[in-house]
Amino acid sequence: MTFWVVQALNGVSFGMLLFLLAAGLSLIFGVMKVLNLAHGSFYLLGAYLGLTVLRLTHSFLLALAAAALGVAALALLLERTVLRRIYGEELRQALLTFGVLFIIADQALWIWGGNPQTLPKPAGFTASVRLGDVIFPSYRLLVIAVGVVMGAALWWLQERTRVGAVIRAGVDDEEMARGIGVNTPLLFTAVFALGAFLAGFGGVMGGALLGVYPGADFEVLLLAFVVIIIGGLGSLKGAFVGGLLVGLIDNFGKAFFPELALFTVFAPMAAILAVRPTGLFGKA
Amino acid sequence: MRPARLVGIFAALFILAAPAFLSTYYLGLLTKMLIFALFAMSLDLLLGYTGLPSLGHVAYFGTGAYTVGLLSLRVVKTFWINALAGLAAPTLVALGFNLLTIRARGSYFLMITLALAQVLWGIAFGWRSFTGGDDGLPGIARPMLGGWSMAGEVPFHYFAVVVFGVCLWLLSVVVRSPLGRALVGIRESETRMRVLGYNVWAYQYVASILAGFFAGVAGVLFVYYNGYVGPAYLSVVVSGQALLMVILGGAGTLVGPALGAAIIVLLENFLSAYTERWLTALGIIYVVVTLYAPRGVLGILRDRLGGGRRAAT
Repeated sequence: MTFWVVQALNGVSFGMLLFLLAAGLSLIFGVMKVLNLAHGSFYLLGAYLGLTVLRLTHSFLLALAAAALGVAALALLLERTVLRRIYGEELRQALLTFGVLFIIADQALWIWGGNPQTLPKPAGFTASVRLGDVIFPSYRLLVIAVGVVMGAALWWLQERTRVGAVIRAGVDDEEMARGIGVNTPLLFTAVFALGAFLAGFGGVMGGALLGVYPGADFEVLLLAFVVIIIGGLGSLKGAFVGGLLVGLIDNFGKAFFPELALFTVFAPMAAILAVRPTGLFGKA
Repeated sequence: MRPARLVGIFAALFILAAPAFLSTYYLGLLTKMLIFALFAMSLDLLLGYTGLPSLGHVAYFGTGAYTVGLLSLRVVKTFWINALAGLAAPTLVALGFNLLTIRARGSYFLMITLALAQVLWGIAFGWRSFTGGDDGLPGIARPMLGGWSMAGEVPFHYFAVVVFGVCLWLLSVVVRSPLGRALVGIRESETRMRVLGYNVWAYQYVASILAGFFAGVAGVLFVYYNGYVGPAYLSVVVSGQALLMVILGGAGTLVGPALGAAIIVLLENFLSAYTERWLTALGIIYVVVTLYAPRGVLGILRDRLGGGRRAAT
């Protein structure tokens, strides 16, 4: 029984990290029609930036803010200087971000080295808590709480604010939104930076949970893909439900079939794809 | 005689006569260029002709390589059995994978092909007892063909040249056939082809399986070339390089991607000798090509020399 509870909580906390990534990826694709292959790199960069700031300041909150804003700033620059020049060309944009993936991975390896590193957990969350018979690291609970709060905040932003209305308009029909006076170039820049912000934020949270190492960028990118393939592109609810599902499946898969870890995640993805090509909550 | 044909004949002569004047090292490099040219051309069938951008093409390349590696080290050394199995396995994988992928378009297609290929990478990397995990499978001997050993660089070069030549011929027959014409039609407008009564799904499915088969041929060649197979053969980096080769050379031209492959293999060889930051260089090439040369070297040459005689295909 304890085993199941612990594994399920592990799965949910990992699922929340995946949600942070997938929400940004999904938002960027929904509004800009850009498949951002560098999204995992934003996560990786966030984790490394967080590590450096933590070493300098010993403040987790400062690291979180610096990493999220730093990555968002880089994304803003990237969108303004290069991505903008090839709007409307899906394949070229995807390839461009793929090039960025290589550059960031290689530069991060150069700057931060190849050894796995772990971000120190924030003060007050280094120990474990006892819940009945189950002993559970309190940081994982924090990750779950943060994921839920971020999810609620994103939902509020998207459904209850003027900015959210503009974003939804952009997702539904970019051309029409432009027609009625939405400044879509600005919207695109903002959405790309917001997605990167979430990825950088997730990088720091995840770096303290799973560590950071070369290749982590690609690992999380791939799982975020699976999340949005399952949940449906452009859907916040899909990213949340998909994140939970993939987090749980990945954890139990690794516990039961350690040698076939990836397979246990991709088999359900293939099954959903065969039945519902647009994912659980995606629009056709 | 058109200049393109002259260049082609010159290239063929160069490749055939190369053992006479190239050192063993550079001859090996040339052979590697041929193998990746074949791999890039197989992707071109999918991306350039059919309009399906795959980021998981390495799945077939790696499956071919691993099949040969596993069989020859664990079961039987007979070349023909291993090679046939090495071609059959990727074809079967293509039959299975593309049942799922062909339903998707554009970015979805990229994502799904990438995800599926990564499953195979995960198995190769994780299943140590079977695949050797991260260490891969070293010590795969080059074959004997009709009493001739392919172990030396020169005979293996000619072996690769023959395989490459046959595949190039087959591929050019395919793209000129009614099938190839229909594929280009689908690339240009799926709706129009559907209205004309074409079964678009079936054409795309066949194209993806052919592409998988030829990628498998390249994988089989490469495993004998290196005498080794490891998870890197299934890595997305190779899939990405193949995409770059196709676009750098000029998608939808067959010859262009072969040229692109030659350029990338050469660049990798020289740049990684001078800098450890080869991946950064590759990333920069990516960005530059997508921004400034989306139609590739061949596209640019055609614009400059062709005088508009042939617009974009």
